[in-house]
Amino acid sequence: MDLTLKVWRQPNANTPGQIVTYAAKNVSPNMSFLEMLDVVNEGLIAKGEEPIAFDHDCREGICGACSMVINGLPHGPQRGTTACQLHMRAFKDGDEIYIEPWRAKPFPVIKDLIVDRSAFDRIIAAGGFISVGTGSPPDANALPIGKEVADLAMDAAACIGCGACVAACPNGSAMLFTSAKVAHLNMLPQGQPERDERTLKMVSQMDAEGFGNCTNYAECQAVCPKEIDIQFIAKMNRDLIMAAARHGTKKGTGKTEAL
Amino acid sequence: MTLDSKIPEGPLAEKWDNHRFKMKLVNPANKRKHTVIVVGSGLAGASASASMAELGYNVKCFCYQDSPRRAHSIAAQGGINAAKNYQNDGDSVLRLFYDTVKGGDYRSREANVYRLAQVSVNIIDQCVAQGVPFAREYGGVLANRSFGGAQVSRTFYARGQTGQQLLLGAYQALERQIGLGKVKMYPRTEMLDLVVIDGQARGIITRDMITGKIESHAADAVVLATGGYGNVFYLSTNAKGCNVTAIWRAHKRGAFFGNPCYTQIHPTCIPVTGSHQSKLTLMSESLRNDGRIWVPKEAGDKRHPNDIPEAERDYYLERKYPSFGNLVPRDVASRNAKMVCDEGRGVGESGLGVYLDFRDAIKRLGENVIRERYGNLFHMYQKITDENPYQVPMRIYPAVHYTMGGLWVDYNLMSNLPGLHVIGEANFSDHGANRLGASALMQGLADGYFVLPYTIGDYLASAKPKAVDTSHPEFKRVEDEVKQRINRLLSINGSRTVDSFHKELGEIMWNYCGMSRDEAGLKQALERIPQLREEFWNDVRVLGGADTLNQSLEKAGRVADFMELAELMCTDALMRSESCGGHFREESQTPEGEALRDDDNFAFVAAWEYTGPGQVPVLHKEELDFEYVQLTQRSYK
Ligand SMILES: Cc1cc2nc3c(=O)[nH]c(=O)nc-3n(C[C@H](O)[C@H](O)[C@H](O)COP(=O)(O)OP(=O)(O)OC[C@H]3O[C@@H](n4cnc5c(N)ncnc54)[C@H](O)[C@@H]3O)c2cc1C
Ligand code: FES
Repeated sequence: MDLTLKVWRQPNANTPGQIVTYAAKNVSPNMSFLEMLDVVNEGLIAKGEEPIAFDHDCREGICGACSMVINGLPHGPQRGTTACQLHMRAFKDGDEIYIEPWRAKPFPVIKDLIVDRSAFDRIIAAGGFISVGTGSPPDANALPIGKEVADLAMDAAACIGCGACVAACPNGSAMLFTSAKVAHLNMLPQGQPERDERTLKMVSQMDAEGFGNCTNYAECQAVCPKEIDIQFIAKMNRDLIMAAARHGTKKGTGKTEAL
Repeated sequence: MTLDSKIPEGPLAEKWDNHRFKMKLVNPANKRKHTVIVVGSGLAGASASASMAELGYNVKCFCYQDSPRRAHSIAAQGGINAAKNYQNDGDSVLRLFYDTVKGGDYRSREANVYRLAQVSVNIIDQCVAQGVPFAREYGGVLANRSFGGAQVSRTFYARGQTGQQLLLGAYQALERQIGLGKVKMYPRTEMLDLVVIDGQARGIITRDMITGKIESHAADAVVLATGGYGNVFYLSTNAKGCNVTAIWRAHKRGAFFGNPCYTQIHPTCIPVTGSHQSKLTLMSESLRNDGRIWVPKEAGDKRHPNDIPEAERDYYLERKYPSFGNLVPRDVASRNAKMVCDEGRGVGESGLGVYLDFRDAIKRLGENVIRERYGNLFHMYQKITDENPYQVPMRIYPAVHYTMGGLWVDYNLMSNLPGLHVIGEANFSDHGANRLGASALMQGLADGYFVLPYTIGDYLASAKPKAVDTSHPEFKRVEDEVKQRINRLLSINGSRTVDSFHKELGEIMWNYCGMSRDEAGLKQALERIPQLREEFWNDVRVLGGADTLNQSLEKAGRVADFMELAELMCTDALMRSESCGGHFREESQTPEGEALRDDDNFAFVAAWEYTGPGQVPVLHKEELDFEYVQLTQRSYK
């Protein structure tokens, strides 16, 4: 099939970008979306034009590197699918496809479709862990954890940190990302000692990075390639209120509307 | 130069304990005076960085992705082995040790493998304490499954995302240390060279992948945890960015390369669909627990698989290996798939595929149980192929997956270059000529959490590296070399893209240094590769500048290194005229077509020394002594 691509090109963070039109010819339905871009890039290089820059690595939907808005939807039209796992059979001959970077203030564009998502790392560094050094912890089976709890923790932990949730949210909120980690760790017995502190610190870092409020659009859940459930946001909000009450600290973070 | 593997004295089971006792310690107050560079943030690099920072060292950690969490370990699906014997099915440290040595076709070091099996149990404890959500039984205890080639259930897993969950555990420990200021993280930063001063590894040269800035970093020791080099074949199950650059540059600065030709070809990957193919997707080997592998008995049988009656199917693994059946080790499964396809019995459009069929398992256990076990893998398969594996058998074909070779290291995980440590897939490691499933995650975390943090202390306390900083002229000299190379790549402005060269190199390697190898083919490859390299340096087109984000330039540097590595791999494969594990030489097989080792002549690790551009590398041999395991012809019949 033949397609028309409208791609965001931006040389660097300080230069304004624009949409540029390219033709993608002879696209096979078995190609992944990124393979289609590879072929377009080979053609651009042959013509002496710089290829389109985009983040990608594993190309199997798990590293969270690929990140592009395809026809207005982060990762494109297929539910539960990253851009690298999206195949061209989702499109048809003659389609026009808009390809743009994540758009959110805390994710500045670096080049073309590549953005800076380091804010996510800083949210984890603020408290997204269990403070246990390498050493000799108790035997793994000394602490039984019910299957339901373990499974639910895994549902939350499946987040790949791609940032689609932020890109989809009209408010640019990072609540789905943050709450997935908070829920994963707060649900497990190992995570209890730091539960309050973790919640408070991660939420406060999230605010400091400039992510917006959650006002229940639920767009994040709709585009999440791992289909993370927004119930985790509600869970985090409950934990936040409890933590704030117990610690007498602030922090009606403005994020609590999603209760 | 003789290679000293530094295997400690004493009985096998006591070596590691004795060694730990004898190692020198760095006084806690002195640890914070030491800086260690760790290149890589995968399981090996992240666990090592976090553990060393916890001990008090200052760590600088580097990765090429935008976040350490995206290191390729994230993609591991199936699981991690540990000799916990939770299932009471007869597992033990000794059995894991034995299986690993045998699985590696007797080409690994007994002492290392034993230590690996010993610390495997600590890894699971550590990961659970960090909150890794391993699969559990209803009673709350950890679940296990059996995995490729093992007859006990010793594999721990987190759905089909074990690597992701283990890496996130290590990444979170790393981020905690970043938050505490003990680790300085350098994402989107690529190591382009190693700096050796007075015979010791003292730093690295990096390129900031956003600004293009070339920088020097000095330290008391350097740790490479940069993963495998399977992408030399272009198509592999590795992430697109996986490369050999870090260890190759270290090799060119004096570190020996161990067993470069040992490559693991994984039997269960989704077949290639066309020339646009950019990577291959693994279907976890755990699928072989319930899926049955077959091809039609008749060559050229083009019927729909569901129309082929039972009597006309050849379940060739079950037929040839009745005691292991579909669970034979990877090398055996892969080679047999190639054999039936060579006979014209392959399936799918290209004829390069075999069926992996769940019909019987679904009949026996019900679709729900199969969905519970493999749901996400089936989902992924369907997404890629547009076929429903609950109804139609999967089609699979072998693909390059893992490199057992890597930089040579001693028992302390230090290369022959003092101060240069190599961990995880990047070293030549504990897997001999073939790695068993679920053992790479185990090795990466063993190295990073439980071995290196001790041995690096011993190195620092005994070698007492002198203070050096980046004002040392050697840093400037190597920086200049790095810049010149970049400028050279940018100035060729030829007619072919980097990818086109990479694909051509990959084809040569797959055809002549892939699943089976012979003298004539390897010699042909050794003629062709230098020509291709020459063409590359004369005709590659790399657009854009040095001082911006430039993905073509990044690729070009990596492919240039693959071109050199490829030649060493073929040289090694040609030298090793025996078959062993993943290295199958046509000339050396049993009458039944199985790999035939030559223990009298080849029971050694090949460690290659770089001697200059275009020069023949020098082979050093580390003889392997087997005190505890008896060498036998591997048999899975
Ligand atoms: C699809 C797939 C599935 C697998 N499944 C399993 C499994 O189920 N069980 C199992 O045991 N094993 C499995 N393996 C193997 C296992 O995942 C790897 O061997 C292991 O994770 C490697 O870990 P590592 O830490 O050595 O390297 P990696 O995780 O590859 O990390 C390499 C790091 O080095 C960095 N790096 C590389 N080069 C440079 C450079 N020049 N400059 C700066 N940084 C650099 C990267 O950024 C990255 O951080 C699988 C492998 C694949 C490909
Ligand atoms: S490239 Fe890894 S998730 Fe898409």
